[in-house]
Amino acid sequence: MLKQIEGSQAIAQAIALCRPEVICAYPITPQTHIVEGLGEMVKDGSLENCEFINVESEFAALSVAIGSSAAGARSYTATASQGILYMAEAVYNAAGLGLPIVMTIGNRAIGAPINIWNDHSDSMALRDAGWIQLYAETNQEAADLHIQAFRLAEELSCPVMVCVDGFILTHAYERIDIPTQKQVDDYLPPFVPVQILDVDDPVSMGAMVGPEAFMEVRYLQHHKQQRALALIPALAKEFRERFGRDSGGLLRTYHCEDAETIIVALGSVNGTIKEAVDEMRAAGKRVGSLSICSFRPFPLDEVRDALRRARRVVVLEKSLAVGIGGMLSEGVRNALSGISLKGHTVIAGLGGRAITQKALVDLLDSAARGELAHLNFLDLRWDVVKREINREQAVRRTGPLAENILRDLGTVADRIG
Amino acid sequence: MSVQDVKFYQTGTFTVGNRLLLETERAVQANMRRTNSLNSGHRACQGCGEALGARYAIDAAMYATGNRVMAANATGCLEVFSTPYPETSWQIPWIHSLFGNAAAVASGMAAAMRVKGRKDVRVIAQGGDGGTTDIGFGCLSGMFERNDDVLYICYDNEAYMNTGVQRSSATPPAARTATTMAVGKHPGNVFGTGKNVPLIAMAHHIPFVATASVANLHDLEDKVTRAMAIEGARYIHIHVPCPLGWGSAPADTIKVARMAVESGLFPVFEAEYGEITARQTIRRRVPVEEYLKLQRRFAHLFGKTPDLVTIAHIQATADRNIRVFGLAP
Ligand SMILES: Cc1ncc(C[n+]2csc(CCOP(=O)(O)OP(=O)(O)O)c2C)c(N)n1
Ligand code: SF4
Ligand SMILES: [Mg+2]
Repeated sequence: MLKQIEGSQAIAQAIALCRPEVICAYPITPQTHIVEGLGEMVKDGSLENCEFINVESEFAALSVAIGSSAAGARSYTATASQGILYMAEAVYNAAGLGLPIVMTIGNRAIGAPINIWNDHSDSMALRDAGWIQLYAETNQEAADLHIQAFRLAEELSCPVMVCVDGFILTHAYERIDIPTQKQVDDYLPPFVPVQILDVDDPVSMGAMVGPEAFMEVRYLQHHKQQRALALIPALAKEFRERFGRDSGGLLRTYHCEDAETIIVALGSVNGTIKEAVDEMRAAGKRVGSLSICSFRPFPLDEVRDALRRARRVVVLEKSLAVGIGGMLSEGVRNALSGISLKGHTVIAGLGGRAITQKALVDLLDSAARGELAHLNFLDLRWDVVKREINREQAVRRTGPLAENILRDLGTVADRIG
Repeated sequence: MSVQDVKFYQTGTFTVGNRLLLETERAVQANMRRTNSLNSGHRACQGCGEALGARYAIDAAMYATGNRVMAANATGCLEVFSTPYPETSWQIPWIHSLFGNAAAVASGMAAAMRVKGRKDVRVIAQGGDGGTTDIGFGCLSGMFERNDDVLYICYDNEAYMNTGVQRSSATPPAARTATTMAVGKHPGNVFGTGKNVPLIAMAHHIPFVATASVANLHDLEDKVTRAMAIEGARYIHIHVPCPLGWGSAPADTIKVARMAVESGLFPVFEAEYGEITARQTIRRRVPVEEYLKLQRRFAHLFGKTPDLVTIAHIQATADRNIRVFGLAP
């Protein structure tokens, strides 16, 4: 049914249709509306057979989900930013134990300096923990990905993170098609665990494993994700057949066939990117874009196929791997191993800095002119940066950095309009 | 024919031997139907109080529930010595997740049982003092305040044993650990630090809180048995000597545990909804010195010139416990 609805509410409704049995909630912006929506459905009885638990931290949120999943219940939680770091140990643990928990990340920057706005630093920090990571491009896809995520997680017995851009998606009102319960029931069978804490058939889980078997256990996590490379597109295909729309899959190309310059990105920024591609195509420029949905597992072959005919690739990243550049670029570079084409990394949108269509068009133009550096920072205010660097050279006791910059900039009101 | 003395009491205790009791009153461990939930063959040190306490506690819980128990275990000696695979000692569904989250994992298991309508299955969380009073404290308090249907058992051996005997917030004053060294002006752990988690548990007004000791295993079984009949959050804090960490003789584990109780250093009591409802009075009081002397972690207090000031300080703690908890007979 089509509804004009906030992204978070659409996600909550999609999750409710998946019949979760245990939901753990801990507040952090911008994921709060999702669990609040679910909590209300549990409380008013519209979501039955579900325990909604207000926990005392994100570490507990995921730990409760670990316990409930191990005991055979379909388990869900959501977090963002500081929250995913606070639960980091449990993130690895859930994957190591092979528990099919689904978790939404309302993508947000990580402090210090504290910042509630969108970028991908949070989910990127836990990219190698053994979870599948899917990035939603639109709110329709965000809702749909959760339905696919439970199926994927349970088929593989592997946890799945659905990454949804904070505010840009979570707080945006859009027209979204919410499926029917029957559609979801037909797509998502009840949870049949591969391992379970059962008093009638006791097992030990989480035992000590030494050098004799640890490598094999780890390898099998990788193997699981390699299997996901086939399963993710298969589930997306089945989803299209049952629900009548494209959502998910490993990646999506846009005008890549004859493109000389291709821009690669994760998540909602692909919307703006497509607008920029359209504008440039209309001006006769051969540009295209690649939206990667599955960041873990990283679809090396598919990325290679999509990019190999281009002359240059621009990777747009909403996360800075301090000291090297970007992690999406690492994946792309890996995919293009042996193929020689020019590669650029562009760090953009950190802490909610707007990524505009104009900036993207300028960026791709300068790439085409051969003027783009290897590592770039989109719309970075060099004057601000230089002023601080000069200060650091002039005095020892500079005081706190972020506060210096804010003082230099003046009040927010001064900068608007 | 040689004659063997029949002893009705364990040496030096007032504990009645099983054979003097009616069959229904005997210890679970004396029963043929005990489950050996923590089976033999694990790798605990000789005389490990934690292994002893866990076996009695879990067997009692199994007996009380018709063998419908599952457990979440924090990282620590109990977890490590019981599960170097493929040699798990656990005969119950058992999960180890992390060091600091056993209470939360157990909450999740209890939630799963609730949502599936499995009222018969009961959930236990267990961990050492470090996993309970320090790193797992947040999750523990959360589980308590939500009154989740979990029995949490803390095996208190008064330090982080699994990592090589470091100080925890349950380490007693003056005790030598790897991080409270027996050197300098004030050797051993600092006075005026630490916390009493049973009292903190009571402050959550949960249905049941108890302390217990491996010196009185019948009482331990009894407390676990009663705890299993209660719904909601429950906490049992068991004092379990660690021969390796305390520098006590493995054969003395029960004796050391008993002296901790009889000196007043480890008060044994129970509480319901935040109020103390019973305490084990001390029938034969021993000076703390007798307890301390059995353990090398306090060796720096004795030697050629005993540190009488520190010993008196510890004695004052014991005296205070006896006064505050009403342990005098
Ligand atoms: C987050 C984390 N920090 C530290 C450790 C290391 N560690 C493992 S067991 C342990 C000591 C456990 O002490 P306690 O809980 O008292 O149990 P005991 O071994 O004494 O029975 C420590 C510090 C860990 N596993 N995880
Ligand atoms: S170190 Fe202590 S607690 Fe650990 S197994 Fe040995 S005796 Fe038991
Ligand atoms: Mg300990």
